[in-house]
Amino acid sequence: MIKFFLMVNKQGQTRLSRYYEHVEINKRTMLEAEVIKNCLSRSKDQCSFIEYKDFKLVYRQYAALFIVVGINETENEMAVYELIHNFVEVLDKYFSRVSELDIMFNLDRVHIILDEMVLNGCIVETNRNRILAPLFVLDKVAES
Amino acid sequence: MCVLLISGKSKEAEIKRINKELANIRSKFKGDKALDGYSKKKYVCKLLFIFLLGHDIDFGHMEAVNLLSSNRYTEKQIGYLFISVLVNSNSELIRLINNAIKNDLASRNPTFMGLALHCIANVGSREMAEAFAGEIPKILVAGDTMDSVKQSAALCLLRLYRTSPDLVPMGDWTSRVVHLLNDQHLGVVTAATSLITTLAQKNPEEFKTSVSLAVSRLSRIVTSASTDLQDYTYYFVPAPWLSVKLLRLLQCYPPPEDPAVRGRLTECLETILNKAQEPPKSKKVQHSNAKNAVLFEAISLIIHHDSEPNLLVRACNQLGQFLQHRETNLRYLALESMCTLASSEFSHEAVKTHIETVINALKTERDVSVRQRAVDLLYAMCDRSNAQQIVAEMLNYLETADYSIREEIVLKVAILAEKYAVDYTWYVDTILNLIRIAGDYVSEEVWYRVIQIVINRDDVQGYAAKTVFEALQAPACHENLVKVGGYILGEFGNLIAGDPRSSPLIQFNLLHSKFHLCSVPTRALLLSTYIKFVNLFPEIKTTIQDVLRSDSQLKNADVELQQRAVEYLRLSTIASTDILATVLEEMPPFPERESSILAKLKKKKGPGTVTDLEEIKKERSSDMNGSAEPTSVNSTPSPSADLLGLGAAPLTNSAPPPSSSGSLHPEPADTVHDADELFHKFVCKNNGVLFENQLLQIGLKSEFRQNLGRMFIFYGNKTSTQFLNFTPTVICSDDLHFLKQFLCLNLQTKPVDPTVDGGAQVQQVVNIECVSDFMEAPILNIQFRYGGTFQNLSVKLPITLNKFFQPTEMSSQDFFQRWKQLSNPKQEVQNIFKAKHPMDAEITKAKIIGFGSALLEEVDPNPANFVGAGIIHTKTTQIGCLLRLEPNLQAQMYRLTLRTSKEAVSQRLCELLSEQF
Repeated sequence: MIKFFLMVNKQGQTRLSRYYEHVEINKRTMLEAEVIKNCLSRSKDQCSFIEYKDFKLVYRQYAALFIVVGINETENEMAVYELIHNFVEVLDKYFSRVSELDIMFNLDRVHIILDEMVLNGCIVETNRNRILAPLFVLDKVAES
Repeated sequence: MCVLLISGKSKEAEIKRINKELANIRSKFKGDKALDGYSKKKYVCKLLFIFLLGHDIDFGHMEAVNLLSSNRYTEKQIGYLFISVLVNSNSELIRLINNAIKNDLASRNPTFMGLALHCIANVGSREMAEAFAGEIPKILVAGDTMDSVKQSAALCLLRLYRTSPDLVPMGDWTSRVVHLLNDQHLGVVTAATSLITTLAQKNPEEFKTSVSLAVSRLSRIVTSASTDLQDYTYYFVPAPWLSVKLLRLLQCYPPPEDPAVRGRLTECLETILNKAQEPPKSKKVQHSNAKNAVLFEAISLIIHHDSEPNLLVRACNQLGQFLQHRETNLRYLALESMCTLASSEFSHEAVKTHIETVINALKTERDVSVRQRAVDLLYAMCDRSNAQQIVAEMLNYLETADYSIREEIVLKVAILAEKYAVDYTWYVDTILNLIRIAGDYVSEEVWYRVIQIVINRDDVQGYAAKTVFEALQAPACHENLVKVGGYILGEFGNLIAGDPRSSPLIQFNLLHSKFHLCSVPTRALLLSTYIKFVNLFPEIKTTIQDVLRSDSQLKNADVELQQRAVEYLRLSTIASTDILATVLEEMPPFPERESSILAKLKKKKGPGTVTDLEEIKKERSSDMNGSAEPTSVNSTPSPSADLLGLGAAPLTNSAPPPSSSGSLHPEPADTVHDADELFHKFVCKNNGVLFENQLLQIGLKSEFRQNLGRMFIFYGNKTSTQFLNFTPTVICSDDLHFLKQFLCLNLQTKPVDPTVDGGAQVQQVVNIECVSDFMEAPILNIQFRYGGTFQNLSVKLPITLNKFFQPTEMSSQDFFQRWKQLSNPKQEVQNIFKAKHPMDAEITKAKIIGFGSALLEEVDPNPANFVGAGIIHTKTTQIGCLLRLEPNLQAQMYRLTLRTSKEAVSQRLCELLSEQF
């Protein structure tokens, strides 16, 4: 199961966090800080999986932004690793060349995308068109 | 939104900015002017952002809840978003939220339904489960539900099942859920697979049919031309995530029994393995990553089934290729996967062929987590044939190993060295090397163990003495070496004293030269060595006495050291040689037991991984050591045993006896344990051990009040291996309720975690309500997988009618008046029986009180008789009970009479109580 999904930049600022198990807010901040510290300290030739406490972190770096997913042992690391990329490609498609600012200013949109892909810690949809469908409905409503 | 662009500034500035913004938003919300939808949405969005930055948000919840009832999709959406991110499951707003959800679910608008279902799936509180657990399954399996709604409903149900499984009743929908695996829409299949996997783990029987459906779905994906799957194909890999999930679902079950299904699955797995060898359809890394995700999951399934040698060896070869891949991720995953493969008897040899690559990884990998995996794999692939090489390489690596994993490597080396020692001189060398290289990481268990082994094997004692003596020559040696050296020389120094280079005096001076650099416990140990020397080498007695007599010893500030010095000095002065020889005799052999180091490693790594390999290897190598040469157990240790402070230490660190005996004699499946003996013990008491075999211990603790009770059942895993799919179920026997409305005993249990770690204990609570009087005790059925075998056992749960007794005190007059009122022959039951236990009046009294009734003193004209009275409380009625027990000491018989207003109750109570005396 996926425990949490984070987007944190190199300065350690959280840009998106989604927890699939309840974590107290003060613990979140600590966890996020530790997680990003762990990721930043790694070099390119290290693997993308970190054993951290009783779960694993799977991370990918896109420019200055890290996407880190916490999983337990029932999840396939490689599948999650590629899920991150699929997520970024969906963002890219929606925002046409996504940047950190897009994510900050359209937090609700990013949340919708993530919620379409991962629900309750499980991968629920991987088809890009279907992921974006509700968002296109929303945009159409907003325009009219 | 611009105000929120906070970057790079100091933390103080950020907090100030945010507080200002929060105040602004609060005033907007509180202001008299009603905010329009857009502004509400804007501010809620801002709050979300501030929350992300780690600031708690204590307002805005109500506004978000208001947004839920908006008819505009955008507003509703942001409301739900706020709630699912910010509201935790015990918020008092849940009821309002539930209302909004209810409306949206009923709206038949798929978008609104989707939002509502997402919200339940994310918040998933108990109240939500109560409100919607009945509704969701219907939405999920209804024919006219939109696909996207089905997807959400599946995950929603999964959430409710996780938080409140008792509220999600299995029913007609279960079989229909399984059929979602056949759904046209792959998104629905993806969501349903997650749900089914979780449900199947807890109720494997009910979801058995999912195996063949999953296999056929998988086969269609794996073997189809990728165009069929449209957008579910990711970089030319057909539905990789779904494939992974299906393979994961199949890991909940043993290999399919139906040969057709099994054949089809084997074909799928072979296709996946074949594809790994084919040239890639795309150069993009995404393509190979997705392909490998499926491949690794397929290999997991192959290992899980552990039944097809051909597939296992192919898997091993594939992983072997990855070991040399340029992608670090693949090397890491391959090492990890191979570690589990090493424990399969079919592939153990194949794994071993990769030893050189793995050793090379240890030397060249730049990533500590990869090196760690390499160490794990070396440990897993170790057997008698390669132990010397592996241990040497691990020792080698230890010199440069990362601090974080040193202790674990030390433990592993120590275990392997002991387990595969053909030659114990090699073992001693290895451990001394360990101490030399990584003394700080050598835990007590490790050096206790080397001493245990040296003491138990007389063929190695001389060598050990010689080796420690040589090692101690080093100018700087680790304190652990001083400990081992001190102990061994104190026991066996005489074996090398013949050599003038290690004469008694030289040995003593060598040890004493380290004395002042050591900590108090080590000094204490050395003092014991000295007194042992007095016995071993009378020629240096005066030298030692001089040392003991010195002020630094006799007046040492440390009480323990001072006491030892005083006592040893006195002992050496007054005791005759004979007494000295007896007191300071060589230590008796230690009882053979599971290595305390192994126990420590298990604790460190968590059970599971380590244990599984161990168990299998143990069986395989049973001829090697340990059990093969049972050492005599010396139950009366010589008086010197506790002189060395150490004698007792290994005992306290020892683990329970080797658990492999459990796996060798598993409980035959499907035994019903009547355990009447134990059951009857519980009639008069509430706590204790209900059942115990080699694998499992069941303990009980219960309390009862009037017609209600609560029982805590403790399941203790006595082995060192995990129990999987552990499912205890409490069944009321059929007599209890052949019709629902005649339910006599209402029991509610919460499911327990399906895995019970080795040595761990889990607890289950049973809430009990006695609706009306009942006869049969409920049955506790427990199923679990241990090692490869399925275990099934049943015991009677001691919930008996007398537990609902309330004692009633009454006078002699009252008692006999009521006694006479209950004189109808149907109300009285009498039993005359022979005493099974000694007829002790006090014990009898205690039992009657334990039975639940009041013990009435001075009521019966014959003081030897016992009378009791009480009321059985059930939900529907209360039944007054009187009892009288007349012992006949000469005949060793009892006569027990029960009178109650209900024949069945009299009968049952009489039966229960008769068994007690």
